[in-house]
Amino acid sequence: MPVGYDRTLARIELARSRGALHLTSGAAVCIVHYMVNYRGRQLDRTFAALVDGTRRAILARLEREDSATVSELAKPFAIKLPAVMKHLDVLHDAGLISRSKAGRVVTVRIQPEPMREAMDWLRRYERFWSKSFDRLAAFAESKERAATKKRR
Amino acid sequence: MTSLTLVRRIRARPSIVFEALTKADGIAQWWGPDAGPVLLAETDVRIGGRFRVRFRLLDGTEHESAGEFLEIVEPKRLVMSWQWTDGGEPDEAGEVSRIEFDLKRIDTGTEITFTHARLKTEASRASHEQGWAGALDKLERRFSAEHFA
Repeated sequence: MPVGYDRTLARIELARSRGALHLTSGAAVCIVHYMVNYRGRQLDRTFAALVDGTRRAILARLEREDSATVSELAKPFAIKLPAVMKHLDVLHDAGLISRSKAGRVVTVRIQPEPMREAMDWLRRYERFWSKSFDRLAAFAESKERAATKKRR
Repeated sequence: MTSLTLVRRIRARPSIVFEALTKADGIAQWWGPDAGPVLLAETDVRIGGRFRVRFRLLDGTEHESAGEFLEIVEPKRLVMSWQWTDGGEPDEAGEVSRIEFDLKRIDTGTEITFTHARLKTEASRASHEQGWAGALDKLERRFSAEHFA
């Protein structure tokens, strides 16, 4: 469910895990609201980053290989290094990858958390609608049977 | 844009399915992610008309979704905006999404193709301005569940 007490609790837990343990209830509410907005924006960035095929290919490779340098990542694509860097910027802003620099070599790693959140969005609605449609089908089919009977 | 698509086959003619989707007493029979009851269902089936559905989950929590009818082609197509609300007020940082039902007549009844899409958000507008959106393709999960074998 996209709304609900359990999610609020999850947000409070998240706020706590970030070191906000000793709060008055007023402060807790502020943090919860902040987390709601923060998570909303984070999700937007994640989705925006995932709509591009090149960026998804980069992520898929990082998932397989754990880490890769920028020039290794650029190799399979028919685009120039600056274009790859731009894609990496978008992925980085979305929190999907981390970059670390050693000398002139930049190593890129995948950060799975935001992706997990995006998938959660899909999963929540998948569940909502699948279950709803089970009952919709049962209801419409009983109506159909009644209508067919009447006609006979 | 991200969207969820579900395809279902229902052994009922499109007009019956369409009624179940739009009439308040029909919606009250099926809306919601578990067997908890629908507490309130209101529909004003015309372009710009609103719907509102309040339901209770088995865990006792109550939730309300509302939106506006954007397209109505009886008995073929229905498009609505969708938002979580709390006593009529927008919830969840005001995020609005869009749901679409396409009904196709088939031999055994109706094939319903349903899509729930996140609308363009501030972030994707920003990325549009940066020129990324030309390559926009949908991140999509498609579920095809035959209701009967």
